[in-house]
Amino acid sequence: MPQYLLSVWHDAEYVVDFSTPEAQDRVAQVGAFNDELQRTGAWVFAAGLHPASSATVVRSSGNRVSMTDGPYAETKEQMGGFWIIEAADLDAALDLAARAAAASGGPIEVRPLQG
Amino acid sequence: MTDTLDAVFRREAGRCTATLIRVLGDIDLAEDAVADAFAIAAERWPKRGIPPNPGAWITTTARNRAIDRLRRESTRLDRYVAAQQMHSQDTDPDDTAEREALDRFVDVVPDDQLRLMFLCCHPALAADSQVALTLRLLGGLQTNEIASAFLLPEATIAQRIVRAKRKLRDNHASYRIPDGAELPDRLHAVLTSIYLIYTEGHTDTAGGALTRVELSTEAIRIGRVLAKLMPDEPEAMGLLALMLLSEARRPSRIDAHGSMVRLADQDRSRWNPNLIAEGHGLVRACLRRNQPAPFQIQAAIAAVHTDAPTAAETDWSQIVALYDQLYAIQPNPVIALNRAVAVGALDGPSAGLDALANVELNDYQPYHAARADLLTRAKRIDEAIAAYDCAIELTSNPAGREFLSRQRQRATTNPPRS
Repeated sequence: MPQYLLSVWHDAEYVVDFSTPEAQDRVAQVGAFNDELQRTGAWVFAAGLHPASSATVVRSSGNRVSMTDGPYAETKEQMGGFWIIEAADLDAALDLAARAAAASGGPIEVRPLQG
Repeated sequence: MTDTLDAVFRREAGRCTATLIRVLGDIDLAEDAVADAFAIAAERWPKRGIPPNPGAWITTTARNRAIDRLRRESTRLDRYVAAQQMHSQDTDPDDTAEREALDRFVDVVPDDQLRLMFLCCHPALAADSQVALTLRLLGGLQTNEIASAFLLPEATIAQRIVRAKRKLRDNHASYRIPDGAELPDRLHAVLTSIYLIYTEGHTDTAGGALTRVELSTEAIRIGRVLAKLMPDEPEAMGLLALMLLSEARRPSRIDAHGSMVRLADQDRSRWNPNLIAEGHGLVRACLRRNQPAPFQIQAAIAAVHTDAPTAAETDWSQIVALYDQLYAIQPNPVIALNRAVAVGALDGPSAGLDALANVELNDYQPYHAARADLLTRAKRIDEAIAAYDCAIELTSNPAGREFLSRQRQRATTNPPRS
C-alpha cells in the first residue's frame, strides 16, 4: 500500500508551553488520532520534533565534512513533527491529513514516499 | 474525409482516453495509444470508409496498440504479465462478429469520462493545472492549442500538464468517482474548472479571437457530458444552462467594429433563440428540483435577462431577489457588485451607489466600470471620470478599452441620462 509523509508546520519562533490547558488539549487530540491510526492499521511511524533552532546541518564534499548551526531551510516556517502513514490512495491520505490538521492545529503537508 | 476524421476526433478523443486510462492504468500510455489509433484511422478510413461505431473502433485499436507497445518496451516482468492478461481479451475492431462485445466494452465509457473529470480537477492540483489537464485529456486539445487559447508560452502549458500528471501518478491518485460526503466539494471543483474554461473563451482577455481555439464551445461540450452523466446533480444542469444562456448572447456582444456592446444596448434579435430555449428549459428543470446553489441561481439570472424582449422590460426586481439569494450562499464582493448594478437599474443610480458603499474591489475592473456608470447617471461627473480612468487602466483587451473610453467621452460631453 502507498505510504505518505504527513508533516505538520508552524512558525519557527513558535514554542509550546505544555503546561497550558490548550497545549494539553492538543496533546490529547494528537494522542487520540495516533491511537486511531494504530487501530486502523494506517500507522507506520510518528514523532514530534524539538524546535528547528536545535538542528545542525552536515555536508560532505570529498573527504571534508562541514557543519552549520540551525535548520537547512532558512524560512520562517519549520516542520514541527510528522507521521508516516499507509493509505489506499491519495484521497484516503488527504482524508487522514485533514484529521491530522484538526488534531494538531497546524497545516499538514502531504507527500508520497517513493517505491 | 479529413473533416470527418477531425469531427470524430473532437467527439471521441476524450472518451477514448478516459477508457484507456482505466484499462491501462497510465495517463501517458493512454494518450500515446489514442494518438496512435487516430494515426491508423487517418490512413485506413479513407480507403475502407468510416466504421459504424468509430469511437469503439478507436478505443479498441488504441488498446491493442498500447498492448503492443507495452510488450515491445517492457523489460519488467509484471508489465509483461499485465500485457499478457490484457491480450487475452483482444478484439479486432474490423471484425463485425465482435461488434456486440465491443459495444459492451464501450458501454462503460460514460463512467470513465466522469472518472477523468474528477481526476483532472482533483483539488490537490492548482486551478490552472486542472484547466490545462481537462482541456488536454477530456478535450483532446494539443499543448500548442491550449497555449494559444490562453495566450501563454507552449512550454508553460507543457510543464503544467507534465507536472500535474506526475503529481497524480506519484501520489497514487485513484481513478474513481467520489462518493458520499466528498462528492459536493469535488463536483464543485469540476464545475468551477469547466466554467473557467468557458469564461476564458468568452471574455477574450487580450483580443485576437480569430486565432483562439473555441474554448467556450469546448466548455459547453464538456458541460453537456457532465450534465448527462450526473442527472441527479442540478448544479451540473445549472452550469450548462448558464453557459448556454451566455453563449446565446455572444453574437451581439461585439459590434461590427469589434467594440464591446453592453447588455442593455445589445441587438436582441441576434441572440440565439435555440440556445435560449434550451437554457430556459434547463433552468425550469432546476427550479423543479428546488436545491438552489450558485450556478443554478446565476443561470436563473441569465434566464431573466434573456426573457426580456427589450432591456427596458427586464424584470429587475426578480434579478435583485436572485442576487440576494446568491449573496446569502456566497457572500463575496463580486456578487455584491452585481447586486448593486441590479439595484441601480431597479431603484435608480443613487440606490445602486448606496448598495456599492461597502464593496471593496479596488483592483477589479468591473467594479470601477459599474461605479463609473452609476456616477454618470447620478450626475456626479468628476467622480465618474476618475472611476472611468481606473477602469480603463485595469482593462487589457482593446475592445474593452475602446468601449470605456467612449463611455468616458460621453459622460464629459453629453448631458447624462438619468
